[in-house]
Amino acid sequence: MAAALAGAALAAVAFVVVYIVSADTQLLGLSLGLALGCLAVAAILAGQRLVPQEHVVEERPQFGDVSEQQQLELELVEPASGISRRKMLLGVGSLAGAAVGVAAVVPLASLGPSPGDEIGSSPWRRGLAVVDEQGRQLGPEDVPIGALVTGFPAGADPRELGSPVVLVRLPQNQLQLPTDRADWAPQGIVAYSKICTHAGCAISLYRYPLYRPTSPGPALVCPCHYSTFDPTRAGKRIFGPAGRSLPQLPLAIDQAGKLVAGGPFSGPVGPAWWGVRRT
Amino acid sequence: MIRKAVRFIDERTGSASFLGKALRYVFPDHWSFLLGEIALYSFVILVITGVFLTLFFEPSLAQTTYHGSYAPLEGQHVSKAYASAVRLSFDVKAGLLMRQTHHWAALVFVAAIVVHLMRVFFTGGFRKPRDLNYYIGLTMLTLALVEGFAGYSLADDLLSGMGLAIAYAVALAIPLVGAPLAFLIWGGQFPGSSDFLSRFYIAHVLILPIAIGVLISVHLLLIALPKHTQFRGAGRTEHNVIGTPMWPGYALRAGGLFLATAGVLFALGGLVQINPIWQTGPFEPWLGTNGVQPDWYMGWLIGALRLMPGFEPHVFGYTIFPNPFFGGILLPSIVFGLLYLWPTIERRKTGDHHAHHLLDRPRDNPWRTATGAAVFSFIALIFLAAASDRIFVSFGIPYTGQVWFFRIAVFVVPVIVYRLTKLICEELRDSDAHPLRGSATREVKRQQGGGFTA
Repeated sequence: MAAALAGAALAAVAFVVVYIVSADTQLLGLSLGLALGCLAVAAILAGQRLVPQEHVVEERPQFGDVSEQQQLELELVEPASGISRRKMLLGVGSLAGAAVGVAAVVPLASLGPSPGDEIGSSPWRRGLAVVDEQGRQLGPEDVPIGALVTGFPAGADPRELGSPVVLVRLPQNQLQLPTDRADWAPQGIVAYSKICTHAGCAISLYRYPLYRPTSPGPALVCPCHYSTFDPTRAGKRIFGPAGRSLPQLPLAIDQAGKLVAGGPFSGPVGPAWWGVRRT
Repeated sequence: MIRKAVRFIDERTGSASFLGKALRYVFPDHWSFLLGEIALYSFVILVITGVFLTLFFEPSLAQTTYHGSYAPLEGQHVSKAYASAVRLSFDVKAGLLMRQTHHWAALVFVAAIVVHLMRVFFTGGFRKPRDLNYYIGLTMLTLALVEGFAGYSLADDLLSGMGLAIAYAVALAIPLVGAPLAFLIWGGQFPGSSDFLSRFYIAHVLILPIAIGVLISVHLLLIALPKHTQFRGAGRTEHNVIGTPMWPGYALRAGGLFLATAGVLFALGGLVQINPIWQTGPFEPWLGTNGVQPDWYMGWLIGALRLMPGFEPHVFGYTIFPNPFFGGILLPSIVFGLLYLWPTIERRKTGDHHAHHLLDRPRDNPWRTATGAAVFSFIALIFLAAASDRIFVSFGIPYTGQVWFFRIAVFVVPVIVYRLTKLICEELRDSDAHPLRGSATREVKRQQGGGFTA
């Protein structure tokens, strides 16, 4: 036990020295852990060897003496027995209590705005340029086949959930967009909201088959819960927990040959809430 | 000196006789009674290391440019929260030790609570008169989960941001009130207003720790009033408690356990890296990565969100129950609801309204043990599903196949576990065998004239 105590002292001194000299995290943790560990050994040894080992029987208190309970009941109720119109007072009293309680809670509403129009909305409008993280406008040449490119609306807040889109290029013959979206994919480039419609993570994985006969088709995958969406079929969910398709952003090419939005998203952006439109 | 101190205290409080009795308080000896103590000691370490961290951490989402000794981030635009968390890791002496120890202590804290809860459940320690204290313990577990998640969310690194995105979606998924509620918590749509982080900070460093601290005091008081439970054994009855008195034997051993817990936590904090926020980088809503894991106690919720099929009930094209409701709200409500109701359920089933101070062995109540084991296996499988990306890396099984496997297994395995556990418990109870203690041996002697006696 003396050895353990000496070890604790030594390790504690080592901790102080390490702190002054280099503050190396590993050595700090090791020395402090050793110091405390040695002390622990000393304390446990002392508890087992140094002090008398007692084995004691103690009586346990028994709860639930009925006469005491009745006495307490009486003391609680008796002062009220002389009051007339007890029910009325009790009713008004509870009303007052509830009203004050509500008044105390109401200021919590200052914490945030009501969802209003902000929720699920997006800054994307027809003609808005698609830019990258640095604000440089993207052109079709920036979106190669088999890669995932992230785009933002020019001039808007990139941190808004309605801002980021994933851009992927697919061979024209693979695209199976509905007829009313036939012109949403110039040169086979499609854009979808990057925010997963399941739990709001960023869709950052792109499965692109290199050998079609044995690989499943291209898919946008969310790394959080593996919601899997088909970019060839308008962002339809093909696996995982998401309940809605990815909102699609119509794309167009402007006179300068760069990518712009052809209109707003096809539906509300981001994770679902009670009453959200499904398309 | 002791006499002086005793006199000083007693003349001002009159508590000498009470303190004398407290020193004689008896602790029954069993290793499983130490699990709750480990949780308590982890909480102490959390408070100590947490106070250190508050002196350096800045809970602000305002943008700043990082300058510091971690070269890859030099000159990057990050939030002040992230910058200060990286700075306290690299440029504050012993800062990383404190941060990592804090994180390890949080993991051990919740783990110790969960194992302690399992001990209480499987031994019937929740029965009257301790059902009240059992509810308080469950409430502490709930608060500990929220507290841990809040702390994990403060650093504003990619991992914490992804966690918050999911938390926002789960809040949003609450029927009817989800959207207004989420907007109140975040101060607007995710990623939220600039006030958001300071709100989580106050919850993490003030409101929740105080709530947990108060409940710990009540918990300890409600242990001491009816005194400890004990397992059956020689001389042990419902009316007594046999064991080691607090002073000096138990105090020394408990102090030793505290020091050992602290030593292990600080050694882990120094030697085993945890949550390297500089590697994941700062969070932006458009960033995400594969292969990241939440703190272990959130794993079952991630797994539940992942296993739920893509089903969103709706009428006339309007969603009623957003999908994260099932894994993120309904499942934990059912699990915690079941835990809170268990003492009532068991009373109803057995009709036993008496107080119990002697603990059951798990085998003594096969129905309870089997039910607990089945629920545990259900949650453990969901927890495993949260590691499907790790399983893919290690075994190359595609995630689609894994998800389908777990979707089926979570319903099949608990049934098997229930039947098997019940069978084993009944067999053990009836035979009173102790297979884990090894087979019983007897001395066999050969007699001089041949033959053996046993």
